[in-house]
Amino acid sequence: MSLAHRILGGDLRAAARLMRDLDDGFRSAVEEMKLLYPHTGRAFILGITGPPGAGKSTLVDQLTAAYRQRGSRVGVVAIDPTSPFTGGAILGDRIRMNRHAEDPGVFIRSLATRGHMGGLSRSTGDVVNVMDAMGMDVVIIETVGVGQDEIDIVRMAHTTVVVSVPGLGDDIQAIKAGVLEIADLFVVNKADREGADRTARELASMLEMKQTKPGDWQPNVLLTEASRNRGIVEMVDEIEVHRRHLIESGALERIREERNARQFMDLLKERLFAEVYDHIRVNGRFREIIEEMAARRTDPYSAVELIITERFAGHRTPSP
Amino acid sequence: MSERTLRILVGKPGLDGHDRGAKIIARAFRDAGFEVIYTGLHQTPEQIISAAIQEDVDAVGLSILSGAHNALLPRVCQLLKDKGADDIVVFGGGVIPDDDIPGLKSAGVSEVFTPGTSTEDIVKWVRENVTPRA
Repeated sequence: MSLAHRILGGDLRAAARLMRDLDDGFRSAVEEMKLLYPHTGRAFILGITGPPGAGKSTLVDQLTAAYRQRGSRVGVVAIDPTSPFTGGAILGDRIRMNRHAEDPGVFIRSLATRGHMGGLSRSTGDVVNVMDAMGMDVVIIETVGVGQDEIDIVRMAHTTVVVSVPGLGDDIQAIKAGVLEIADLFVVNKADREGADRTARELASMLEMKQTKPGDWQPNVLLTEASRNRGIVEMVDEIEVHRRHLIESGALERIREERNARQFMDLLKERLFAEVYDHIRVNGRFREIIEEMAARRTDPYSAVELIITERFAGHRTPSP
Repeated sequence: MSERTLRILVGKPGLDGHDRGAKIIARAFRDAGFEVIYTGLHQTPEQIISAAIQEDVDAVGLSILSGAHNALLPRVCQLLKDKGADDIVVFGGGVIPDDDIPGLKSAGVSEVFTPGTSTEDIVKWVRENVTPRA
């Protein structure tokens, strides 16, 4: 029986294995994803991002407990960095979450970035889809600890929470572009620490400067103390308010469409590249081009144009 | 076909609170190019094997300094067997008397590393004895 059928029948080992195949880039995983695709598109996808040490894993642990109490099944995808030197990784997000390991309504998977930039692994979208097909109502994605510019999460999640902590910097940090622009909700965690109120105020005043149209979502700033389970109920309530806003305003449909379009284009790019590159690598044209570039007999721009023409000449469909 | 990256769970079952050894091993595995899922202190065998299954690891390495190895290590092996997941290799390390090792091995523990074993030797053993499951 295929992994996909076993997954739809509730087989956890099959799900874990397909996630591995996706992460390792196995061709067979594509066939399985074709079978699972009709069973996806139901889960609510929640992104949690923020700098290293902000308490993201502890928040995800508490959010998981809170959503379980509300009767939802929860998938967690937790991403940690791969060492650029050895290719190895220590995935430690589970340390904060493993009390849920035995709960049949929770499935947690740790992923390493494996060289992918942007705060997620290349496989994240597919792993989320597997959890969706497994029947998870909510899938929480925890990004790697981010700096200012790793914002892939906003293209993956329906609701994005940016976690901050007191004492990271002055108020000019808060008006820079990047991570701070993507939040649907800000959380200042470790709120027992000195300066938490000030951090929350600075974030709030940054948000007031933002130009908005009527009907636009206004991100709130909440204080939490995840390690003591403080502020979590309010956080989930606010996430749910945003989720209703997405549904009622039609934004959720737009987000889903954009995600579908992007997934299609990413796959198309990948397959087209492989189609051309595999061909010229095998027939020797790739080496020739590199040598001609070294001798300055050709340039990369002309070489690409030539290769595209060679590869697709005769395959062109007539324009309508 | 792409190549598999080896995934190993490093865990601390039971009550002892010393995870320096486990962290050193986790780090050595990372430096060997493995993906290490570290589950932290005070884990039950049930929590460890649930995590091992969800993470699709090839091996589980358990550090035990409490003296409870004769209970905990066979329990992990048995639970994996019950779940049909005994293709996952189990190895252990810690303060484990030589006399206990044959019993642990017959319970399904593939190898036991005692104090003084170098991280190089453990990594070498993993490379030779743990292959990413097909």
